Order: sequence, then structure tokens, then C-alpha cells
Amino acid sequence: MAGSGRQDFIDAVPLRRPGRWIAAVVILALLALLVYGAATNDNYQWETYRKYIFDSRISAGAWVTIQVTFWAMLFGIVLGVILAVMRLTRNPVLQAVAWGYLWIFRGTPVYVQLVFWGLFTSLYPHLRFGVPWGPTIAHIDIQAVDAAFFFACLGLALNEAAYMAEIVRAGISSVGDGQSEAATALGMPWGLTMRRIVLPQAMRVIIPPTGNELISMLKTTSLVTAVPLTSDLYNQAHQISGVVFRPVPLLLVAATWYLAITSVLMVGQYFLEKRFSRGQSRKMTNRQLQALARGLGGTGHGAGEGGGVGV
Amino acid sequence: MTSVAKQPETQPMVQATAVHKRFGHLHVLRGIDLTVARGEVACLVGPSGSGKTTLLRCINHLEQITGGRLYVDGALMGYRERGDKLHELHPREAAKQRQDIGMVFQQFNLFPHMTALQNIIEAPTRVKGTSRAEATETARALLARVGLEDKERTYPGQLSGGQQQRVAIARALAMQPKLMLFDEPTSALDPELVGEVLDVMKQLAQDGMTMVVVTHEMGFAREVGDQLVFMDGGVVVEAGTPEDVLTNPQEVRTKSFLSKVL
Repeated sequence: MAGSGRQDFIDAVPLRRPGRWIAAVVILALLALLVYGAATNDNYQWETYRKYIFDSRISAGAWVTIQVTFWAMLFGIVLGVILAVMRLTRNPVLQAVAWGYLWIFRGTPVYVQLVFWGLFTSLYPHLRFGVPWGPTIAHIDIQAVDAAFFFACLGLALNEAAYMAEIVRAGISSVGDGQSEAATALGMPWGLTMRRIVLPQAMRVIIPPTGNELISMLKTTSLVTAVPLTSDLYNQAHQISGVVFRPVPLLLVAATWYLAITSVLMVGQYFLEKRFSRGQSRKMTNRQLQALARGLGGTGHGAGEGGGVGV
Repeated sequence: MTSVAKQPETQPMVQATAVHKRFGHLHVLRGIDLTVARGEVACLVGPSGSGKTTLLRCINHLEQITGGRLYVDGALMGYRERGDKLHELHPREAAKQRQDIGMVFQQFNLFPHMTALQNIIEAPTRVKGTSRAEATETARALLARVGLEDKERTYPGQLSGGQQQRVAIARALAMQPKLMLFDEPTSALDPELVGEVLDVMKQLAQDGMTMVVVTHEMGFAREVGDQLVFMDGGVVVEAGTPEDVLTNPQEVRTKSFLSKVL
């Protein structure tokens, strides 16, 4: 046995795959050409790009874009969850209203909606809070306040809620009936069952598309000029380019900022997805494997003694 | 549980009289009478579609009965009697009624995002307000009882079917139930894993737990059961000691069913 070589370990010559190498070389060469062409083409005006990439107007615009994205997503998600629950209740009126909302807000372009919200002040110049046909408690003259930021967030949020509602509904529906049944049989009330059992499992289905929605929202904020709100990233870059007559480098400046923010969001999404995929894999986590190895190494098979694999 | 418990020793654990259940036009239970005494193991058998599982789900009010009366430990399930009128219970009160009725499902229904230990302590800590330390201690004892003391940190997806079902039994026991319901607990298992689950159930029966078991395991029914109830078409066709029903069935339908499964 000792002289016959190792029978339990196959040390084969790997199959050559020249096609892969050729494809990789061709693609890399094309990419290099593209980068070289862009870098040496004076029409890109890279000196203008460098001049404005960290311009304070641009970074202020990016901050406005982030704020609009945040508020629109926050209210979009909250309203989306409410709409999803309305569609899942047994109350036909709530179901129909939620359906009608989705029908309108998914069925019309977001740009049109934003223009509408911009015109809202001409439809309702005064807001009066109070009892119908009774006394007025508060009175707001909308045309007097600068409401562009508010209506930009509102318009995007109302549109987003329609999409979030479908995402949340799909997530809740993806959790099997057996789960809420088991919780019910243990005496858990509806709210607790939802919060502890159904929603944590639904999150696994809800988070990836919500991440896409967030990234999509970041870019959709460039439409807020329809309201009109013009202090966001894209419109700031657009305004500068109008002054210096160099649209291409300023487009690239805006694109770079959008890309940078999106990259940060993608990292966040990765960790969120990891957090909510607990128990999904049959493979053991490193911590479990370590605990198991310690148990085996100690007394042979003593993992069960003294309350198991405590750390 | 507040009830009319005058003679707690003689009062049956489960008392069903003329129970009906309709799903729309579908009449699933057509007048069920069933009595399960304290400490008794009742096995429900019968062809699929006979209403066994529906009856089991009615006992802990996962389904609301549409006719008759169903008492568990002297308490009417899902309703409150006021004079001769029944009032539906608020979901919160119904949830309270279920707390001390354990249920084990065919498909285990463990919570996949929680470890075995977390599955077991979830309801005691969140519903009963037991302290985490106390619940964990109880859970470890229960895991040892079902032979899985080394699996407390394992997620359900990493366990075999038999192990999952044993965790599910431990989870139900953690609420310290006075009655355990089993809905075909071994039907989803590979044949070689059935024994480990039945062993746990046998041990539970020997410890004096009152159990209602929907099963196709005639060997288990004969060995552990005190009462065997044969159902078909939404009615109890025949009930008695397992020995009597299995060896000397009186009804044609019972004979025909047993000839197929024995």
C-alpha cells in the first residue's frame, strides 16, 4: 500500500480551457481601448470634470438628493406596509381602496404625478384644519411657504408606496400558513405572530427588491425638477453646465456622485440581507462549527453535557 | 382558565357533543361525539377526508365549529355562553384558551429563522412572560427529554425530519399544556425516522399526558392508545379500546378500512 501511490487522493491534470482565456483577453483589450479613448479625447473636457467634482454646489445638491431619497423611501415604505395589510385584510372596502390606490399610482408616470403635486397649491391655495362645516382649528396659506421640497418628497413617496405595497404583500404571502398556524396554536396573538414570526421571515423576500427600489429612488429624484425643485444633484450639475456651456463633464460629475452613493447603499444591502437569511442555509455557520469542534475535541462526544455547547 | 369546574377529577379533558363544521357548502364534520378523559390517549383514524384533522383543529379552535358544543377542561372553545345565546370570543381570549393546548403538526412548522432553543422559549417568554433564564432552563431540560440536548444552537433547516418533529414536541411542551394534539406527526417522515418520534410520544403518554393523536400508525394506536376512534365521512363510525376495534370491528366501513391498512 505504501508504495502504490495515494489511492485516496486524485491528482489529475486539469482540462485546458483556451476559450476562457481568449474571451477574457478580448474583453480586457476592448475595455482598455474604451478607457484610453475617453482619457485622450479632449471633448470630454476632463479638466472641467476635475474642477467641479468636489464643487460645493454639487455636494450640496447631493445632500438634497439624499434627503429627498430618505424621506420619500421612509414614507413610501410606511404607506406601502399599510396598503399591503389593507389588501390582506378580509374587509372588502379596505381591499378595494388599496387596489384603487395601486391602480392610479402605478398606472400613471411618476413625472406626471410630480407635476401634479407641483400644481397642488393652485388647486388648494389654502389648507384649513377643523371640523367640517364647523370651526377652523388651523389655517395654512400653502402658496406662502416654500413647499417644493415637501411636495417632491410627497410625490415620490406616494408613487413609491404603490410599489412597496406589492413587495411587502409578496413577502408576507411567501411565509407559509403553517408558520402563523403554529404560532397561533402556541397561544400567540395576531400582532405578536406578525411581528415575531411572519415579518422576520418575510423580510428575506422583501429586502432585495426594496434595496432595488431605494437605488432606483435615488436616481428618480432627478425628476423633481417637475415639481419644481432644482436644488438636487442632477439639477445643480445641469445649472452649472448651463452657465459654463460644458454639459458632458458635468453630466459625468453627477453620474460619479450617483454611483458613489449607490455603492454605499449596496454595501448596506449586503449586510441587511445576511442578517435576515438566518436559518436559510443547511450549512453551519463558523460559530456553530467552532462550537462543534470544541465539543468533539474535548471529551470525544461530550457536546451534550452541561447544557450543550455554551460559549 | 375560568370555567364551571365543579368536579375537576371526573370532568373529561375533551368533551364534544354533536359537533358540526361547515366550510361554506362543504359539510366536513356531521355531528361528532367524543369524550377524552384526563390522562387518556385517544387515536383518531380513518380514510383521508374523513374529518380527523378538522376535528383536531376544532379542539384548539384553529377552526371555529359551526354546530354543537366543544369543551376542553370544562371551557367552551371559542364562545362564551350567556343564557342560551353564544357570543364569539375576542381573538385575544381565544389565544388565551389555546395557551395550554399543545399542538404538533404533520409538517413540523418550526420557525426556520430561530434556533431549536429559540423556537422553544419563544412562546413562554413572549406569551406567558416567563423569564428568559427560566425558559432557557426548561427548554434545555425538554431538549434532553427528546434526546436533542446537543442541538440547541441548530437551525431547523440543519435537522433531520425526525429531529425537527422532536423539537416541535418540545416547543409545545414548553407551554406546559394539559392536552397535546398530534396531527399525523410521523406522516412526513422517512420510515427509519418514525420510531424516534413515536418513542418520545410513548414516553409522554406514560408520563400521564392527555393526548389526541391523528395517526396511521396502527401499531402505536394499539400499544399506547386507550381509545381508538374510527371516523369516516365526518362522523364517528366506531370507538372503543384499540384492541376491540382493531381485532373485532363491528361496522362494515371499519372492516373495509382496516383491511387496507393492517
